[in-house]
Amino acid sequence: MSITISRLATFRNEKPYPFCPGCGHGPVLDRLDEALVRLALDPARVVIVSDIGCSGLSDQYFATSAFHGLHGRSITYATGIKLANPELTVVVVMGDGGTGIGGAHLLSAARRNIGITVIVMNNLNFGMTGGQHSTTTPEGAITATTPGGNLEHPLDICATVGVNGAGYVYRGTSFDEDLADRIVAAIENPGFSLLDIWELCTAYFVRANRFSRRGIEQTMGELGFSPGVLYERDVAGYSAAYAAAQGGTANAPLGVAPQTIPTEFAHSLEEPATLLLAGSAGGKVRSAARVVAEAAIRAGLWVTQKDDYPVTVKTGHSLSQLTVSPQPEPLGPVTPPDVLVVLSDDGLRKVRPLLGSMHPDGVVVAPPDLAGVTTPAHVVLVDPSEAPVRIGKPALALSMASAAIAAAGWFDLAALRAAAACGPFAEQNTGAVEAGLALPHG
Amino acid sequence: MREYIDGATAIVRGALAAGCDFFAGYPITPASGILMAMMRDLPRTGGVAIQGEDEIASIGMCIGAAMAGSRAMTATSGPGISLYSENIGLAIMGEVPLVIVDVQRLGPATGGATTVSQGDVQFVRWGTAGGYPIIALCPTDVADCYRLTVRAFELAERFRCPVFLLTDKEVVMTPATVAADAFVPLPVPERTTADTGLPYEFVPAGDVPALHLIGDGAAVRFTGSTHDEGAFITKHGPTIEALNRHLAAKVDDHVAEITMMDHIAQAGAATLIVGYGVTAGAVASAVELSDSPLAALIVRSVWPVPEEAIRDALAGIDRVVVPELNLGLYRREIERLAGDREVVGVNRIDGDLISPQQILEATA
Ligand code: SF4
Repeated sequence: MSITISRLATFRNEKPYPFCPGCGHGPVLDRLDEALVRLALDPARVVIVSDIGCSGLSDQYFATSAFHGLHGRSITYATGIKLANPELTVVVVMGDGGTGIGGAHLLSAARRNIGITVIVMNNLNFGMTGGQHSTTTPEGAITATTPGGNLEHPLDICATVGVNGAGYVYRGTSFDEDLADRIVAAIENPGFSLLDIWELCTAYFVRANRFSRRGIEQTMGELGFSPGVLYERDVAGYSAAYAAAQGGTANAPLGVAPQTIPTEFAHSLEEPATLLLAGSAGGKVRSAARVVAEAAIRAGLWVTQKDDYPVTVKTGHSLSQLTVSPQPEPLGPVTPPDVLVVLSDDGLRKVRPLLGSMHPDGVVVAPPDLAGVTTPAHVVLVDPSEAPVRIGKPALALSMASAAIAAAGWFDLAALRAAAACGPFAEQNTGAVEAGLALPHG
Repeated sequence: MREYIDGATAIVRGALAAGCDFFAGYPITPASGILMAMMRDLPRTGGVAIQGEDEIASIGMCIGAAMAGSRAMTATSGPGISLYSENIGLAIMGEVPLVIVDVQRLGPATGGATTVSQGDVQFVRWGTAGGYPIIALCPTDVADCYRLTVRAFELAERFRCPVFLLTDKEVVMTPATVAADAFVPLPVPERTTADTGLPYEFVPAGDVPALHLIGDGAAVRFTGSTHDEGAFITKHGPTIEALNRHLAAKVDDHVAEITMMDHIAQAGAATLIVGYGVTAGAVASAVELSDSPLAALIVRSVWPVPEEAIRDALAGIDRVVVPELNLGLYRREIERLAGDREVVGVNRIDGDLISPQQILEATA
């Protein structure tokens, strides 16, 4: 649809503001209206995202698109809107309260330089809920929740977003004659823009602290919070950066695209069977299990793979249990394995409780140095040093698993060779499988 | 031909098939696989994926993006659903089509990050203020993850509400063998939009008005406050009631349409097993292994509760067995439908799965 835009006289609707007499919100919204008129935007493509509190009512007095969400989260909705459609002009109107509860979003929006404009109507307290202190309440100020004076240091909103990369940062007051110009500049900056606009809450802060326009200027001075344009940077904005990065990957094959495995070999299993590889983190246990799984699938079996490892992944045990079945099997509880391959002390420690409950027909495959296992199952000692070629540490898991599969005789070993020969590690995997198959396995 | 894939991959594949073009999430085991796959693959399809600064930002971005025209999904686990809570309410109130994946892990609190559970089944239903209905689908295996993800997007469009894909650590993280033809191409769900008129419509018959997208046609208003059909805040009693009844009726009046359930009926069965999600496989095996006839229900659409279909399945039954990886959270839904029939639970909360044998012991 194409829209012809004729310059509007106002972006406001006919509704009068609901704010208390002397409240700063009305004047700030008037300056926002002036800025939008000057920018001559399509009102439908301007989105006023309001937060909660008296400032949260703001969107209802504009004929633009609007989004009124939850307290402190306005920046997150604005980010989503801008990411979805970077062509939209997105203006957040929030109070100082929102900078507290939504502090993480404020920081992240600045760091990301998401191309939205945030107007903070900063009246140094919560108005709508009854004049409680906020993140920007000056030390010593009296509020409904600091009857003896505020004990906390006020947040420097501008410095916070400024040092974290924001494209445009301005501090001023609702009385500023040139506020509309500043809002225009903020909207025109492609990065994250913030205007920290100090105002009077006549209902609460003014009454409790005999506060005034002069008080605003004085407080800024005492805190060393200078007014004016504090940061103005030539930044790209997140959406442009994203699009540029995306250009590099567009049309690359999807990681989730199907990778099919042919069923081309025979198996001899009549019942489900389980194979447990028990080794150490970094011992390529899971990838060895994956090769065996793919081999079993090539032999027409149905496999599931349960991995177990500590949360700190590079230390301690690493276990992979394969359930291999002639029919699809639902996921079930952990049971003692039919075939257990012990690869390291870490693995042995972890599976020791299972050894006693293994079936007498079960098999434990272990290297001679880990021979001290007590189990009703057969123990088959497989010595990796007897391989015709040296089996290095990275190959050990797959070599031992291959020896175990050869001993178990579940499926055609050609399936194992075919599975090893696939993928980016075909050479290493084939070497490990052949070395394992050449090992004497009792 | 077969595939060796996990539920996370299947969910992402389903989302992309359903036209998902926006994803935001925060890292959490066991849902991180979905986040990482989306961060890798979504840009390749022209979509946007972003890691939020926290869970609240992630679902917030999804809601904003959805209202600006994206088809959005987010994924987390129980701790993240806790942080989503208030925004789930916003998605209900603002009538946002949104798919939320909950990969359940053992709770409460941090609980067991890599430990399976079905402890969120009531939580997703009642996880936000007000008690208004949501839709939740429970995949039983990897292939189901794909199909139900697409269905979740369809239902989100159809009913303009958050739809949960309620799954768990085992289904999502366990690589499994799947017949390649389980991943049939599915059409992108239809989306009905309007570019003029009021953004909301409180249709008494429980119908769902077209979606008004920000940036598409006339100015669009959105609000999470109690509102009139123009999305202006209201305190007008009849309007408030019309809004709130509409939010409930649009889901509650369409239970039959939402219902997804497998009923294994057997002549002479006096015992019915009701299962969902990862325990469904053990339920089906138990029926097969049993010497005496057993009936079973695999509930895929756990919310809204398919009450009529469950009542039908209860005909001729005098004992119901409900296996769950929690202390009987969904059993209470069955109990209130079961009249004076005996309802027993098979409950496991030690981080492992229920076996068919355990279920059979309870049916005896
Ligand atoms: S309570 Fe304070 S912030 Fe709210 S409208 Fe009145 S003066 Fe303005």
